[in-house]
Amino acid sequence: MKKDRKNDLSLKEHEVAGNGLLDRRLFLLRGIQLGVIANIMPTNGFAKTTTDIDLIDPTWMHEPGEPFSIYGQPSAYEDDVVRFPVQNEIVPGNGVSWTPLHLMEGTITPNGLHYERHHNGVPKINPKNHRLLIHGLVKKDLIFSIDDLLRYPMKSKICFIECGGNSNAGWNKQPSQSEAGYFNGLASCSEWTGVPLSVLLAEVGLRKKSKWLVAEGADAFAMQISIPIEKALDDAFLALYQNGERIRPENGYPLRLIVPGWEGVLNVKWLRRLKVTNRPVMARNETSRYTELQPSGKARMFTFPIEAKSLITSPSAHMILKGPSLYQITGLAWSGRGKISKVEISADGGETWAEAALQEPILDRSFTRFRLPWHWNGKPTVLKSRAIDETGYVQPERTELVKKRGRHGFFHYNAITNWHVDSDGFVSHVYDKNENETTDSDININIDSDWD
Amino acid sequence: MKRQTLILILILIAIGINPDNAKSFQGHGPNLGYAVSSEEIAAWDTSVFPDGEGLPKGEGSAQSGEVLYKSRCIMCHGKNGLGTATGVQLAGAQLDLTSEYPEQTIGSYWPYATTLFDVIRRSMPMTAPGSLSDDEVYALTAYLLFLNNIIDEYEVMDASKLPKVRMPNEGGFINIYKIEETLR
Repeated sequence: MKKDRKNDLSLKEHEVAGNGLLDRRLFLLRGIQLGVIANIMPTNGFAKTTTDIDLIDPTWMHEPGEPFSIYGQPSAYEDDVVRFPVQNEIVPGNGVSWTPLHLMEGTITPNGLHYERHHNGVPKINPKNHRLLIHGLVKKDLIFSIDDLLRYPMKSKICFIECGGNSNAGWNKQPSQSEAGYFNGLASCSEWTGVPLSVLLAEVGLRKKSKWLVAEGADAFAMQISIPIEKALDDAFLALYQNGERIRPENGYPLRLIVPGWEGVLNVKWLRRLKVTNRPVMARNETSRYTELQPSGKARMFTFPIEAKSLITSPSAHMILKGPSLYQITGLAWSGRGKISKVEISADGGETWAEAALQEPILDRSFTRFRLPWHWNGKPTVLKSRAIDETGYVQPERTELVKKRGRHGFFHYNAITNWHVDSDGFVSHVYDKNENETTDSDININIDSDWD
Repeated sequence: MKRQTLILILILIAIGINPDNAKSFQGHGPNLGYAVSSEEIAAWDTSVFPDGEGLPKGEGSAQSGEVLYKSRCIMCHGKNGLGTATGVQLAGAQLDLTSEYPEQTIGSYWPYATTLFDVIRRSMPMTAPGSLSDDEVYALTAYLLFLNNIIDEYEVMDASKLPKVRMPNEGGFINIYKIEETLR
């Protein structure tokens, strides 16, 4: 007890918001703080067992290690860091798999963990038998092979892709108790490399009335969607590489359209055709789905950019804090409209807020990692994070979002997520107190179960 | 630096062209695309637009569509298009779009009849996509429009009639991109 009090006193001067939120530079300060931090870091489990012979002299130091491998795999001890798939019973290739954001650090998603949304499975495409056709309102209709495209000038961009339906359990009346990534992980961030679409559109030559592109994939759904030509000419590109290697089949091998910052469905995988038109095709996935029904009965259509969003990944649902101590709150923020300019954190349910440290580099339309030291006093509380992007847009509270959009928009849920920490340190997902919607008899109807 | 070069750079800066930007590649690809015949494009291009562009020859009515529906679609979309755990509800909306649990069916929600033809032809049935003939797709389209009380049982759908079908919720959408475009 005496020790705790001493720590409380020395940390007090670094408090920047209520309930123990500390200056974001605390972990960077040198000298005087080091002793304090060492004393209050979570208990080191290994310290108790250093006499154990295996720790001092482990067996793997007495036998030759494994030989080389042609393609590395994660440690066998990390086998819980996996995507979480939910799929249709009759058509198992129709569904999603979530990225385990709560088990990851940094900002780049390893290729094997990038989220998936397929409408009818992953095609096994032989690149020799795959072509891209560009036609329609163009001066010359042209076909390109993958080998051709590999010879074009390329650019790279680190950017997130987020499914329009990500986090849609947030529309439910009961807070989802899935782990943070298995509720918000239809979002991932990669370095994509490929050919700027503007180069190919210049080669086919756009005609005057060209306003839209209809993009089509070579999957069993033959997924098609319309994209404004301005965006295609601005920063869209045809990716061949993902994080340095050729795109994984489940992410669109051999060719994926990347539309930075815009909802995932526009980033057409297995791209085979681009039709230049003067109007949208009004495909199933821009009319019947990927539109957002509002309380008025009207639906929002062509809501392309992903609005700013943030999520505390640690501590988050299902984690347990091991007693009053110093913790690092960390998470991810992103915006489809540009860079993240600020992330604020509250440790008292939104009463007071403190600015988190943003990890460099802070990139346009990319995951941005935030961190903030927090001294938890052992009492129940609610953690929140809110993102502000360079346009000045502020991530809304759920109450605000639901008031504006109702609960049947299905897509574009970007509200603040609340993590409740109880006195045992157990973390769960809660809504704000004024969002008590649990009186209905039909509270178990989940709008997020429908991935058709 | 030559004076002309300096002036060129200043002009580029003034008009906002960043030499690092992808646009600077414009027109500088190696031109490796090869020409394609209109017949090839026609075979490849299956996009169907609300005005009927892209609709093929062929025809079908709800009568023949019902038979097909019962053999090819019912296992997922259920009897009379009422939906199952694995397939969305397509017809029979009881609750309107402003109710507590709105039912978004073809009749209550979809803005264009042509979308139905397009998605059936390109994606359905999901266990065997591309296995329906154009006549069969017209027939299924007609049957689903009939189930939603939009056309009658004997009405034949083809490339000229389908685009003329007006959907009840055609005016139910707000084009957010257009609104944002006017603000830019």
